Amino acid sequence: MTPLTYIRASDRADALARVGTDGRFLGGGTNLVDLLRQNVEQASALVDISRLDGAIREIEGGGLLIDASVKNAALAAHPIVRSRYPVLARALLAGASAQIRNMATVGGNILQRTRCMYFYDADGARCNKRQPGAGCDALDGFNRYHAILGASDQCVATHPSDMCVALAMLDAVVHLSGPAGERQVPLMDFHVLPGDMPQIETVLKPGELITGIELPPPSDAIANSEYRKVRDRSSYAFALISVAGGLSLANGQVTQIRIALGGVAAKPWRASRAEHALLGRAPTPDAFLAAIREELVDAQPLSGNAFKIGLVERTTVAVLTALAGANA
Amino acid sequence: MICVNGIEISPPDDARVSLLDLLREHLHLTGTKKGCDQGACGACTVLLDGDRVLACLTLAAQAEGRDVRTIEGLSGESDDLHPLQRAFVEHDGLQCGYCTPGQICSAIAMAEELRRGDPSYVTHDLAAGPPVATRAEIRERMSGNLCRCGAHNGIVEAIEAMLAETAA
Repeated sequence: MTPLTYIRASDRADALARVGTDGRFLGGGTNLVDLLRQNVEQASALVDISRLDGAIREIEGGGLLIDASVKNAALAAHPIVRSRYPVLARALLAGASAQIRNMATVGGNILQRTRCMYFYDADGARCNKRQPGAGCDALDGFNRYHAILGASDQCVATHPSDMCVALAMLDAVVHLSGPAGERQVPLMDFHVLPGDMPQIETVLKPGELITGIELPPPSDAIANSEYRKVRDRSSYAFALISVAGGLSLANGQVTQIRIALGGVAAKPWRASRAEHALLGRAPTPDAFLAAIREELVDAQPLSGNAFKIGLVERTTVAVLTALAGANA
Repeated sequence: MICVNGIEISPPDDARVSLLDLLREHLHLTGTKKGCDQGACGACTVLLDGDRVLACLTLAAQAEGRDVRTIEGLSGESDDLHPLQRAFVEHDGLQCGYCTPGQICSAIAMAEELRRGDPSYVTHDLAAGPPVATRAEIRERMSGNLCRCGAHNGIVEAIEAMLAETAA
């Protein structure tokens, strides 16, 4: 880690004023401190925003506004999140360990970097994300954890967040504040696919800060929602794949459907094609399978992750069948 | 200042110093262990204002104005072992002992999380009241602490014994 200055921001305006061009905002540090120590990232200053207001409040219209510095553990334990947004509570609890959830902030979770081991290996591996134009050692390397959707010949890394998969499924909105003022970006538009510039991961502008996340009012499909994560061991591991699903039925037909996938792409993947295919259909396992297969038509597996296609299919069918309950 | 086991400590001049290195290298409180130094093993778990955190990924500067408790500070003024330390001895919750300080700090905070009703990934009904401390719940909640000797069964038994003692 190169020498740096530590600044504790007194409020949001203070943080924005002091971050400068080479500074970084510091939340829980569970990813950034590690990246700095491994020399994957460099910063001249860290502006600590982890002690800024961390409120969770209901807003007009019935949604929820979550400050960016709220800890993952606090959000997962919040009574409103547990009762009205179960998919989000479960996704948060699926991520990392209790210690890390106590440290990690909501804003930092959204901005965490891929766990591709070639990205982390600053001394020994080629990575277009870390060093544009260097090449990608994951393409022909150990790519069991890598993407099957939306990747490019420059980068096949996945986004590691569980929380973001639930936020994508919920149509959450990211609140931003920066030198040019405040703006809001749907979570689904916040992360970008790698294309020819895998070093660009989000639409965040220089000096811009995530200030909060807005959840929509709960609907029937959000109230009846679940998150299932499949990993190499039963706890404290990143997802091979994950599925966030929400479903509501009336008269034996699907009236609302929400599906998002994790561990398959450089961003949380909203399975819009599958959702479209299921609206108005009877909620049967066969229909669920046909729909998710339609979503995966463009999947391009690598040498080590073709199993993800079948795994996404089976997990999606299992989640939706469970949500359909006795009606499936 | 940082309050470490009740004693006020100045934060280090170099902002890069982790809370773990402050404890071990500057204060010579070597009970807290450095395993992976990248947030994967839990050996460096300490209590920060009562919550369990990883000292390796916490910058010491971030602990300014806060209360840090390590394995050395669990028994307070007396030399007696903490009830969970006694339970670890009775239930063979260790072999080499390297992960033990982290396991014990972690489990003490976990008991408080259970008491206030925080759910875990394996809690069936997230909206229901306080979860029951089954073995499955304890194992999931302790998954951030690895034991390479494989003493996990004894660790879970020791924690169960402590929870039973506290409830009694």
